[in-house]
Amino acid sequence: MTLFNPTRRQALLALLMLVFSLVAYSGPTPAPQPWLDALNTLKQGSMPEREKAIMQLADIKDAHNLAILQALLDSKLFITKTDAKLVIGTDNHQGFDISDAVSGASLGAVDHDALTKINLTNKMRGTLRKIIGELELGADDPKVRLEAVKAMAKEADEKTISLLRGRADKEQDEAVREAIKVALLLQDMDSEDKAVRIMAIEGLKAYDSQEAANRLNAMVEKDENGEFLEPDADVRNLAKASLTNINQRLQLYSSIETVFFGLSLGAVLVLSAIGLAITFGVMGVINMAHGELMMLGAYTTYVIQQLMPNYLGMSVIIAIPAAFVISALVGIAIERGIIRFLYGRPLETLLATFGVSLILQQSVRSIFSPLNRSVATPEWMSGSWQINDFLSLTWNRFYILVFCLLVFVLLLQILKRTRLGLEVRAVAQNRKMAKAMGIPTARVDAMTFGLGSGIAGVAGVALSQITNVGPNLGQAYIVDSFMVVVFGGVGNLLGTLVAGFSLGIANKFLEPFAGAVLAKILVLVFIILFIQKRPRGLFPQKGRAADS
Amino acid sequence: MFNFSKKSAKKLLLAPIAAAMMALFSSAYGEDTIKVGVLHSLSGTMAISETTLKDTMLMLIDEQNKKGGLLGKKLEAVVVDPASNWPLFAEKARELLTKDKVSAIFGCWTSVSRKSVLPVIEELNGILFYPVQYEGEESSKNVFYTGAAPNQQAIPAVDYLMNDLGVKRWVLAGTDYVYPRTTNKILEAYLKSKKVAKKDIMINYTPFGHSDWQSIVADIKKFGSAGKKTAVVSTINGDANVPFYKELGNQGISAENIPVIAFSVGEEELSGIDTKPLVGHLAAWNYFMSVDTTKNAAFIKQWKDYIKNPKRVTNDPMEAHYIGFNMWVKAVEKAGSTDPAAVQKAIIGVEYPNLTGGMSRMLPNHHISKPVLIGEIQDDGQFVTVWQTNKLVDGDAWSDYLPESKPIIADWTPPINCGNYNTKTKKCSGQNY
Repeated sequence: MTLFNPTRRQALLALLMLVFSLVAYSGPTPAPQPWLDALNTLKQGSMPEREKAIMQLADIKDAHNLAILQALLDSKLFITKTDAKLVIGTDNHQGFDISDAVSGASLGAVDHDALTKINLTNKMRGTLRKIIGELELGADDPKVRLEAVKAMAKEADEKTISLLRGRADKEQDEAVREAIKVALLLQDMDSEDKAVRIMAIEGLKAYDSQEAANRLNAMVEKDENGEFLEPDADVRNLAKASLTNINQRLQLYSSIETVFFGLSLGAVLVLSAIGLAITFGVMGVINMAHGELMMLGAYTTYVIQQLMPNYLGMSVIIAIPAAFVISALVGIAIERGIIRFLYGRPLETLLATFGVSLILQQSVRSIFSPLNRSVATPEWMSGSWQINDFLSLTWNRFYILVFCLLVFVLLLQILKRTRLGLEVRAVAQNRKMAKAMGIPTARVDAMTFGLGSGIAGVAGVALSQITNVGPNLGQAYIVDSFMVVVFGGVGNLLGTLVAGFSLGIANKFLEPFAGAVLAKILVLVFIILFIQKRPRGLFPQKGRAADS
Repeated sequence: MFNFSKKSAKKLLLAPIAAAMMALFSSAYGEDTIKVGVLHSLSGTMAISETTLKDTMLMLIDEQNKKGGLLGKKLEAVVVDPASNWPLFAEKARELLTKDKVSAIFGCWTSVSRKSVLPVIEELNGILFYPVQYEGEESSKNVFYTGAAPNQQAIPAVDYLMNDLGVKRWVLAGTDYVYPRTTNKILEAYLKSKKVAKKDIMINYTPFGHSDWQSIVADIKKFGSAGKKTAVVSTINGDANVPFYKELGNQGISAENIPVIAFSVGEEELSGIDTKPLVGHLAAWNYFMSVDTTKNAAFIKQWKDYIKNPKRVTNDPMEAHYIGFNMWVKAVEKAGSTDPAAVQKAIIGVEYPNLTGGMSRMLPNHHISKPVLIGEIQDDGQFVTVWQTNKLVDGDAWSDYLPESKPIIADWTPPINCGNYNTKTKKCSGQNY
């Protein structure tokens, strides 16, 4: 009878629950059953099942769980083929170093073939990023927190917003606090309350946020029925004003961006043309194999990367002198073997070097296969320098621009200040007189051609970072190179620099209006007209030698 | 890397001798073999894709010979190299048909090379099996199209993006030549029929081998950041893809923000590039190497054994040749002869299992039925299938979405017997190239 006394029953229930909870939590805490179940589902093949498993894992707050989710996102989570264990693997280039995902115990190294990767779809990646964001909102590193906030803002729902609101007061780091503020303001724009919406628009005016611009744009637009999406006229006007404000800044950033695009295209042009400026400009040799010398430089980068797979970042740096030496040697061989017999016969030189270019292409096809080779971009060269939402400069282009200027300055110094440079200039100006003065012109010719070829090789290293490394790499750049040299003025290095950059910028300013195909044609037509007017290019060489 | 061992040097020496011996043998056997022409570029820009198809054909012919040949005779491959040179394709096709008297030709990759071969093959009444996805708007009596027509690749891909990913804004980016232009024309008409506004479609063409994608990617980024889900439908050709995806990655556009679906990026192309910036982007094909069927596993093993390189991959055009070749074999057996006219008649309706678990059939319009698969690129250069049609899709030569080709059908069975038949005027216009 007494058992059914309500208060007694409650007390008993409470006691029972306490016991259960004790049993549940006094056990091995790192491996609660739902977690293991979710991990097991993750191993199942079907994508919908996997999606469910990820959602289940989201609710488990555990540092270990976070590590697994992160590994999953970074495609480092595998299943062993032999005993179907869930493991986290790090690539050590011979195979994987694996550790048990559940216990974290190291399991040693295995072959690449021993593991099956757990594949993801885009949808799952998005979900994972958000979940990891939620779990990492309290991380120590402000950078991690910033990423977390950004990931959450993208997929904002009630839960993320309340988490962000909670975080906003506690946050110490300036950047993270701003990011949270923007995310919350954006959320406020959907508010029912007019005052809150106005506050949000006022608040967002100062930020360079693409999302904010979109939302403001949406506010002033009409829907299919001709009704404004934003019902209130005050809010709409305010949004319009804010939008003008943001658009002004957008305009500015977009011009800066175009100039940067132009400069970086120009840098590529200058790099590929500058070697030619020496062989064609200074020596007067029409070298059709110039593009193939760049290709050799790119392949050198590939080979060096294969030789030192563990030091990707270093390999590109090492490839620069290596490519210089290899292309220079090949260049000297071409000069000594073919070109020196053909000085003063430009047509024959053209045909002979065209033949050489075909031979080089086909030999690369035979040695490396006709397929393109994959040259990895080192970490420090990928991604972009995000100045704000509207303006970001890509690192690889930025480095190539810097590199181009360095090569140019170095080359100028070699020509101006070294013995070789002096001899090169002397031979270029008056071969007979130089010979009479005791300059070994044959040797200087070989060295000059080697220098030009070597620089082509260095350009190849840069090209390997932005385009395909394949047998046809050279062909794509040879016409552009000649164009730049002729436009800049044959025999003038500074002209090449100016020509390259101005063609790059002109191209990029034309492209948005005319499209890539037409922009290229327009530039070409412009150069043809320009050459009609000034046959010697932008900066013609002056003096008696040039006139002869 | 520079593994120029004695062995390969020996091989180099042996190759011409072997070739000479083969030439001797073939002339000695003369009439006892059935000759099969292989017309793929082994040098020049297209060698990158076509060399693999030449090897695939040699493997398939080898395999058939091991099974006892065809009609009691051995098959013999006649390999020629049109060197990525379009007029040379026509010359080589003529040479194969008149000098070598081949029973069928397997070859071509680019549309322009096919268009160059067409008059020759029609004049001499040969047979060409064309294994690559193309723009449609063609059906020749003498050509069998084993690659995808637009309705077997482009249209389902757009459907997937629209229905499954909720894409509202579209960038149609392509290389400036006939395949992308026609495909984009069809897609634009299709999108408009689905009530997509003109301002939500951006069309962009770039020259072959374009490598400076900065402003175009920046434009795509701007276009895609207008708050509506955006996707890029890419008909960008081969070489230009690497710098394109690199630029996308560098400018911070991931597959989650703006997915790119490509029609020309397959396993073979991916094996030559750094796949990091591509992970998650999509491709639409009729075959993926990753498809898990016993037939596919056997095919992959056979290929790796034949080519003696465990790292080589298989791709969609290879499967197309596999289906095409086996259909031809069945048709020859059915007709009891290799006579092109008899084979053309016999092959319609022939069925052969494809590698993804379906039964492909040669249709009266000389296209075949195929499944459509959409896959996401993984960092190992393979695809994970995220969507596929639940049954095979019949290839449609003339697109239903272009007003001028809507009433046109191709049917090579009596009574129509025409590749360009207007159902409204009841007239056969023949080809117009």
